[in-house]
Order: sequence, then structure tokens, then C-alpha cells
Amino acid sequence: MSRRGSARVGAAPGRATATVVLVIAGLAFLYPLYALAAFAFQPVGQHSGFTLQHLKALTDPVRAYQYDQLWEGIQNSLVIALVTVLLMLVFLLPAMILAELRYRRVRQAIEFVCLLPISIPTVVLAVGFIPVYQVMWQATGSVAWILAFAIGIISLPYAFRPIQSNMAGVDMVTLQEAARSLGAGWFQTVWSVILPNLRRGILSSALLTVSVVLGEYTIASFLQQNTFQTGLALLEHADPYVASTFALAALLFVFIILVLIGAAGTIRRNRKVSTWSPSTATLPPVR
Amino acid sequence: MSAASAAVAGRSAGAGARKPRRRGAGWLGFTPFAAYTLVFMAVPTVLAVWGGVTAEDGSFTLANFSAFGDRSILKAFENSIVLSLAVAVASAILGAILCVMLLAAKPNGILRVVVDAASSVLAQFGGVMLAFAFIATMGSSGMFTLWLQSTFHVDLNSLAPDKTAGPLLYQPAGMFFPYLYFSIPLMIIAFMPAVEGLRPQWGEAVATLGGGRFSYWRHVGAPVLAPSFFGAMILIFASAFSSFATAAALTNSGILIPVVMQQDLSSETASGVTNIPGVLAIGMIVIMAIVMWAYSVLQRRAARWQR
Repeated sequence: MSRRGSARVGAAPGRATATVVLVIAGLAFLYPLYALAAFAFQPVGQHSGFTLQHLKALTDPVRAYQYDQLWEGIQNSLVIALVTVLLMLVFLLPAMILAELRYRRVRQAIEFVCLLPISIPTVVLAVGFIPVYQVMWQATGSVAWILAFAIGIISLPYAFRPIQSNMAGVDMVTLQEAARSLGAGWFQTVWSVILPNLRRGILSSALLTVSVVLGEYTIASFLQQNTFQTGLALLEHADPYVASTFALAALLFVFIILVLIGAAGTIRRNRKVSTWSPSTATLPPVR
Repeated sequence: MSAASAAVAGRSAGAGARKPRRRGAGWLGFTPFAAYTLVFMAVPTVLAVWGGVTAEDGSFTLANFSAFGDRSILKAFENSIVLSLAVAVASAILGAILCVMLLAAKPNGILRVVVDAASSVLAQFGGVMLAFAFIATMGSSGMFTLWLQSTFHVDLNSLAPDKTAGPLLYQPAGMFFPYLYFSIPLMIIAFMPAVEGLRPQWGEAVATLGGGRFSYWRHVGAPVLAPSFFGAMILIFASAFSSFATAAALTNSGILIPVVMQQDLSSETASGVTNIPGVLAIGMIVIMAIVMWAYSVLQRRAARWQR
């Protein structure tokens, strides 16, 4: 594999050119975030300056009603995130392990299904979810956490990829045969041999799922539920400053999560399958 | 295999395999996954399409397709397609340049980790927060708008192609910029593996044959990367075309097709009828099907040069 950068006679650009272009691109991408940050801490009605008064307003009991919806949305989103991760562990992971160990031809079918949500526009799914949820809500009442079933579908590609890459890097069939020949039953094989080897993929998958849930707006908005993103969109009218602060915080939070997955993936990367990276792992196969 | 171990296998796979002695019983392990995707992916898609071909009383009709004769709906489709095309072409070119520049960085270095992570955040975390950032940047009193005004005495909003439609940012021409902001990272994610797949030996071969940098790109780099490049471009088109959150957070006038769908819904959901959104969903599915078909054809060509 072409891992040694210095050996690239053909494609690699000169250091100076690369530095200049990347720095310009970096600044261009940081500018809107900087504008957002500057706005979040601007005094009301001014176009410059720095104040913390908007953060103080958050704890002001008189204005608390303004933020109620946002707090509720954040709570809902966290619960939905938790349930979505559980759904992935219960529905997706066992199917993937079973396909990898016993029905290897099914792997392609699972991959196809998991990547399908990329080609179905979320708005189309959302239109279809409306009648589905009308039925479900008759049974449960209008609770938000059930959205996890819908959001689970759009996070399938992101949940699937890291686990798949992890499986590709571990010879699961041999591991299984080894465990079985040492006398382990199926349950013991999966629990104490297979799952520990998939820990990294499962963790990345869960974190990416959480980031999809926290960024999800379309389905919540079509189904008229209150989540973090719909709460933000509403707060934008009442208090754009605080809304901006929360937007920044969320972006930063997810960025840090992904840097951590990326760093972990790089350090403990299996040499043989060195193309594994959680972020390239989040999209349709490029091969 | 013993009966007990097969039963455990079935259970650990999420389903109780009742008849462990039968050879096919392990298949039951796929039931939960199959049932979940059936109910929450297949059924909603079918229902959305079904809503498009039924009348209000539930009988089959093609009358809803008259929506495609509606001038504002056609305009929204046109806006969506033109915006996504422009975004796809621009971000494919810019993203490809950045990918090649990233080759200069160490493959496992901190810069690549940060760029990977930032690309993932920006590519999938757009929506409402992205809209906020661009309102703060190029909205009526955004940082960039004010800077243009004070430095060059240029009013950004006077550059809008449609003067009657309000600030630039709330028109498709202005939405181009936030769309770029989440599409370029997507290009980096989708195209980087292909660029990394360029073998150093090919460069050495060109150099041995006396070729320079230009002939390397002309005869090796461009032909090898072309299918991945256009494939990634199509992917960006698809993602921009179906993107809802950014547009919805910027404007609630129905200038793009996903926003039109939601508006029609909010006027119809009271009765639980989804005819017009359904027929628009069919339109979107048709366009996406064409796009994804083209994508798979290109991917097959791209695969030749990888691995």
C-alpha cells in the first residue's frame, strides 16, 4: 500500500503550495464559525463588542420560560440518542455478527439495506413516517423518544460503517473457530471473543449515531416533535444569541468526539487494513 | 452443532431460535433487523409513494400528478436541481484540490485526523446550526456583509439576482454558500480514499519515462481519478438535493422542493392526507434513482483502480 508520502513523485504537491492552499481553505471554513462565535457574545443590537450577558440570561428565572423548550428538546434528544444506540445494538449488531460468522452471503444484503437511507431523501421518509407514527402514537401518546425508531433508520449508514470496517480488520471466522475448538459455546464465543474484538467499531458506531441524532432536524420537524435542533430553530426568534451559543457548543462537542475517534483509530490501527478511519468509514463505499 | 449451542447462538443474535436442530433455524437471527428495516424504511417509503397515487378517499388516481403542472412547484424543482448541480460541480472541484493538497500531509498525522473529524462534523452536522453561522456571516447584518459595506461600500444583498425576494441568503443563489460549506467536506470524505489510492510507482513510472508533472496528471492521475471524481460529485448532488434543514432554517417560503413538501404537509396533516407531498416524493425518488444509478455505474469503473 502506498503509505509512504515521501515516495510520491507524481501526485503529491509541493509543501509550500499545499500549506498556502490548506491555510486559506482552513480560514475560509473557520470564518463563518468565527462570525457565529462573535455574534453569540455581542451586546444586543451592536455589531461588535463582547459580553457575557446572554449567558447570564440563561439562568435568569424571569426569562426561564424562553429556554424551556430548548432544555426539553435537549432532554428529548439525549433520550432519543440513547434509545437509538440501543436499537442499533439490538437490531443491527447481532445481524451483522450472524452474517459475518455463519451466513456470509447475507453481508452484502445488509450492507445494501444499511446504505439505502443515503439514497432515499430524508424528506421522503419523513412523509411516510407521518402515517406510521399516527398509528404508533395512538398506542403510546405523543412521546418523543419513539422518534428513535425513525432516526435509527437515517443513522444506519453511520452505525454500520465503523463496525463493518472493524470486522474487516479482524479475522472473525478464525477467532470463532479457535474459540469453538477450545470448547466455548456460541454465547461464550460471541460474548468473550467476538464482542471484545469489535469494541472499537461499536464505540465509534455509537458515537457517530449520537452525533446524527443530535444534528437531526428533518424528521423531528415533519413529525412536529421537540428536539435539540427544533428547539434551537425556535429559540432563534426569541434569543438568537443564546441559540448561537448552543449551536457552537454542539458543533464543538461533536468535533471533539470525532477527533477522539479519529485519534484512537490512527493509533491502534491495524497495519494490514490501514485505510480504516471512522470518518471515511461513514460514507458509501468508494471502492 | 449441539442443540444447546445453536439455541444460544440464536438468542445471542437477538431472536429466540425455537427449533435449533433444523439447519435453517439460524436464519431467524435476522428477523429483528429485517422487521425493523421493513417497518421503518420500506413501509414509510411505500406509504409516501402511495399517498402520491391515491385520492383523498383512498382510491387510486393519477390526478395528483397535475401538481407537476403547477408553476411554483416546477420552479421549486428547478431551483433545487440548479442549486444542487452548481453546488456539486463547485464543491467537487474545490474539494478535489484540497484532497490533492492533503497528500502533502502525513497520512496518520494530526492534520489528517483533524481534517477527517472536521469534515465529518461539517458534512453531516449542517442544518440549523449551519444556517445560524451563515446568518451571522452574510445575513443582513452579518460580519462579512458589514465588512463589505464598510470597506468597499458594496451591499451584498444588492447582488441578489432576484431583487424582490429579500436578502441574498434567503434565495437559492445565496444558499449556494452554506450548501458549499457542508458539501466540500463531503467531497473530501468521499474522494480522499481515491486520491490516496494513487500509487507512488505510477509517479515513478512517469518520471522514468521522462514525463513531468503535467503529463502525470494528463495521462495517469486524471483518467484514474475521473470515475471517483464524478461519482463523488453525484453523491454531493444527491445530498444537496435532499437536504432540508439548512434551507428550512433559512427561509420558510417554498423555494426548494423539500421545503414545499413540508408546507404542503402542514396544510394537509390535519386530515392525515399526504397526496401532494406524496407525489412530490415520487418526483424526488425518480431523480434520486437516476442519480444513484449513475453513481453505481461510475463506482464500478472506479473500483478497477483501487485495491
